[in-house]
Amino acid sequence: MNYFSLFNLPAAFTVDLVQLKQHYQTLQKMTHPDRFANASEQEKRMYLSKNAQINDAYQVLTSPVSRGEHLLSVRGFTLVGEQETVGDVNFLMQQMEWREDLEAANDIAALDALLASNAANLAAQEEKIAGLLKADTEQDNASAADELRKMKFLVKLASEIQAKIDAIEE
Amino acid sequence: MAYSEKVIDHYENPRNVGGFDKNDPTIATGMVGAPACGDVMKLQLKVGENGIIEDAKFKTYGCGSAIASSSLVTEWVKGKSIDEATSIKNTDIAEELALPPVKIHCSILAEDAIKAAVEDYKSKRAK
Repeated sequence: MNYFSLFNLPAAFTVDLVQLKQHYQTLQKMTHPDRFANASEQEKRMYLSKNAQINDAYQVLTSPVSRGEHLLSVRGFTLVGEQETVGDVNFLMQQMEWREDLEAANDIAALDALLASNAANLAAQEEKIAGLLKADTEQDNASAADELRKMKFLVKLASEIQAKIDAIEE
Repeated sequence: MAYSEKVIDHYENPRNVGGFDKNDPTIATGMVGAPACGDVMKLQLKVGENGIIEDAKFKTYGCGSAIASSSLVTEWVKGKSIDEATSIKNTDIAEELALPPVKIHCSILAEDAIKAAVEDYKSKRAK
């Protein structure tokens, strides 16, 4: 299933999020179960599953990591299993350091600073991936898959920083 | 999901947490990461002249199963030769800790950490 074509968008990493949301809302309304209260059971089932698919597709396309992975699979590029471990030592050392920084940060100001610098790193990583996914070449697709895998560590870190902020603010 | 007693024990009382100086020639460092969950694991081995692992330390940022897997590995590798250490399989770790299928990747990460440390040891020796 090509989620880009479901939303009538070109299959590209860079998407117009406003347009994506508009198409999503239109399709959501068209397939909403409330509209089919009087339809046959078979039709209801069909629209319900279409509705669920549209929700899934929207989730996938909204987040850069899953959007990038979906684009690669649409291109026929096989992603290695999630069981695959990352072995880039410098990258991992950096991740370790950032997690140590998070451990040491105990007030909102320090955590906000970490969140901001992580957001900048996420944006830079997204841009790097966008560059790699512009052309559809085997080599660039492989590099993009690698960078998407790395981006997951940044996404995870962002949610951990946020969780620590939430715990303090509670 | 419930953790096994052994996982909880290692998680609450992790063995050998910490690190050695990675530039020390007798220290082998293995760094690995799991993209599925964003876990990062560092395993360091202190290897004697005879190739026997004298000490091991780890630092893991991840879930309870990842911490338990690396903690267990530091206990297992001590006193073993480098070659014996590489024979530790993720299935042994998973079995010992009674890891559920969704947490098998944590034991794979620990096995890969040993392999990475051994690689580091060999490349340091080759210099």
